[in-house]
Amino acid sequence: MKIKRIGVAAIALAAAGALTLSGCTSGGADPSAPAGDATAVITVNNTEPQNPLIPTNTNEVGGGLVVQNVFAGLVYYDAEGAVHNDVAESIETEDAQTYTIKIKADQTFSNGDPVDAQAFVDAWNYGAALENAQLSSYFFESIEGFSYEENVPELSGLTVVDDLTFEVKLKQPESDFPLRLGYTAYFPLPAAAWDDIEAFGENPIGNGPYKFEEEGAWQHNERIDLVKNEDYTGPRAAQNGGLDMILYASTDAAYADLQGGNLDVIQEIPDSALETFESEFEGRTVNQPAAANATLTIPDRLAHFSGEEGKLRRAAISHAINREEVTDVIFNGTRTPAHDFTSPVIDGYSEEIPGSEVLEFDADLAKELWAEADAISPWSGTFGIQYNADGPNQGWVDAIANQLKNNLGIEAAGNPIPTFAEHRTLITDRTTQTAFRNGWQFDYPSMFNGLGPIYGTGAGSNDGDYSNPEFDALLDEGSSATEVEAGIEKFQQAQEILFEDLPSIPLWYTNGMGAWGESVDNVEFGWDTWPILYQITKSE
Amino acid sequence: MAGYILRRLLQAIPVFLGTTFLIYFMVFAMPGDPIVALFGEKTPPPAVIEQLRERYHLDQPFIVQYLYFLGGIFRGDLGTSFSGQPVSEILAATFPVTLRLAALAIFFEMVAGITVGLVSGLRKGGIFDASALVVSLILISLPVFVVAFVAQYIFGIQLGWFRTTVSTGAPIQDLILPALVLATISFAQIVRLTRASVIDTGGQDFVRTAASKGLSRSRIVPVHILRNSLIPVVTYLAVDFGVLMVGATVTEGIFNVPGVGRTLYQAIIRGEGPTVVSFVTVMVLIYLVVNLLVDLLYAVLDPRIRYAK
Repeated sequence: MKIKRIGVAAIALAAAGALTLSGCTSGGADPSAPAGDATAVITVNNTEPQNPLIPTNTNEVGGGLVVQNVFAGLVYYDAEGAVHNDVAESIETEDAQTYTIKIKADQTFSNGDPVDAQAFVDAWNYGAALENAQLSSYFFESIEGFSYEENVPELSGLTVVDDLTFEVKLKQPESDFPLRLGYTAYFPLPAAAWDDIEAFGENPIGNGPYKFEEEGAWQHNERIDLVKNEDYTGPRAAQNGGLDMILYASTDAAYADLQGGNLDVIQEIPDSALETFESEFEGRTVNQPAAANATLTIPDRLAHFSGEEGKLRRAAISHAINREEVTDVIFNGTRTPAHDFTSPVIDGYSEEIPGSEVLEFDADLAKELWAEADAISPWSGTFGIQYNADGPNQGWVDAIANQLKNNLGIEAAGNPIPTFAEHRTLITDRTTQTAFRNGWQFDYPSMFNGLGPIYGTGAGSNDGDYSNPEFDALLDEGSSATEVEAGIEKFQQAQEILFEDLPSIPLWYTNGMGAWGESVDNVEFGWDTWPILYQITKSE
Repeated sequence: MAGYILRRLLQAIPVFLGTTFLIYFMVFAMPGDPIVALFGEKTPPPAVIEQLRERYHLDQPFIVQYLYFLGGIFRGDLGTSFSGQPVSEILAATFPVTLRLAALAIFFEMVAGITVGLVSGLRKGGIFDASALVVSLILISLPVFVVAFVAQYIFGIQLGWFRTTVSTGAPIQDLILPALVLATISFAQIVRLTRASVIDTGGQDFVRTAASKGLSRSRIVPVHILRNSLIPVVTYLAVDFGVLMVGATVTEGIFNVPGVGRTLYQAIIRGEGPTVVSFVTVMVLIYLVVNLLVDLLYAVLDPRIRYAK
């Protein structure tokens, strides 16, 4: 069950309005242009990219928004997270393990280099090689030949068949591999990148709907100017003349600029405006669940949280948390209470997975379960929740601690860690001796992505060291299914096991929020909380 | 005089070494692994972490890292940020912006503060003096972020007199509003300082002598009273300039000024050691130079002060 966006109807109307408008104002405009002024430049807020703009080394929003618009991958995701071909002509497989990928002919990078099979294979090999230490290297770990032990310059699982065809062989069947291919890590790189990859990261040359306005268009800490790439022939053609990304260190400043008319679109809302933004920009805001969630991870290694006793206590804690109240009172409705382990924008999402009742608030049941656990071994001490104090976490952690105190009659308290870096370090080296806040931002819209990397035995982001062979088996079955629906069914069954074991307690989905000014239309935010910039139109 | 300057500059060397060492140590001792944080809430593969640690010398003991840093400085290489930009470039881009902002703020607080303080001091106890006291007390008790948000809302969003934030390149006209906000912090101090100093100087013998010699008031006030009252004010302004150069983080954030404070804050949050150390080092140098200039300025303002040859 996939949620339908009310945005679709509203946007069609807005587009119609923009058409008439552009008819009046820009008489000389190309009549085939969908709406607005095709040369108008959209200004949008962004943050200073944390890493060089190399697709395999870009894993955060600041750089991601640039890379996503400057490059085009084999596939792309629409607003609902559905997958469509972008550069790819076809992606075929018979066993979910070997994929034959054909690329559309006559596509070029903005410098004229061809977008061919080699461009993909070279970029992927670079991203996977250990010595390049790319932040997204783990995206290639399922391709045959990949290794964390030694440097592999060329993956044996990648073969160029002809100019426009290449073959990918995976280590094991993974049915959602084609869904991944729209993620930034899988973008192609032009031959020109290999002369000097560091310089390339400063002035990337892509094959996407936009390109750098000029060498040095990334003015660090100030702005990044993109213009429409006329060579791009794919489905994401820009409906505007370009993007000026203004780099902010504080969302408050960006919000003030939207109010002051210096920005067209902002892609996040500061905490100070959560209560007011929807009335202030009425009809020009978005606040919808996205493919990101927040959870409370309780590692198995904590005293009283393993075996049967652990299951009872986890369920008790989950029932003792009033998610509606926290999302309403603390977050002003900008989070959506969780009903599963993934997100409503993910294909296969359901609120009716057996076992999901454990996420419902029920103080009496919570007390009962906790007492049952006490019968096995009496509880002592304080239930702690570790969080990073440099993010907006204290409010909700304290609220949940209070709910646990009141509903379970135990001591519970937040355990603030000054910085995000330290918070993550303590979790990664397993020093943390309490429950801790956790979250997952989906890399690509697939149910597997929200389960495998976090709860699979020994998986990279399995911070709670959860392990259940039954769960692993269902994941494997889902992954080797060649039909998407069959895979989803297995992943849902896998979630049933998670609801029983509760390695992490799902709290809520993070909403994508944004607002825009009066002069722009066709603003839509995607499954990943990001605005879909290429389709925005602007009338001047 | 030249000898004095040389001596002061030589003294700066141990100060420089000491501070960089301390700062480097503090950044090193900062808990949490910046490499782990690079991956957000995803847990990175250990092999990749190891590679990255090696690249940034984070796998070495502290003293080795510090020597790498020092060696780099003497080759003119201050390291690179995670985004691959040389730190020297970041410095070159941000310091002029903050310098402009600080100079503008100093200008505003100096002109307004000294004028108001002078008038208050000359008409001690009058209605102007009393109202200046009230206004400066109000300003002194307002936190800077309140002033900044209110000013941005009223003059930027409602009235539209100024741009809400600073646009690319930080042109002077965009810096006026943040500079005025910064100026409010020290305005009150300067008024109080100038006023007290003017009252003090006004009662001195040489002022009375000048008056009894028949000099006009328009000559006595600027030349005899004001000039001699400025020493404490100049000291304060110099210290304040130093503070503005390093500490306008809040205001720079609110007005999105691409200056030192904003960049340093971001670097601290991201755990970019080389950027933090280089920035703070340059700040220390600025402090040293400004203090030297102030000491030299004393001699200009007060003929009684002479520095040994």
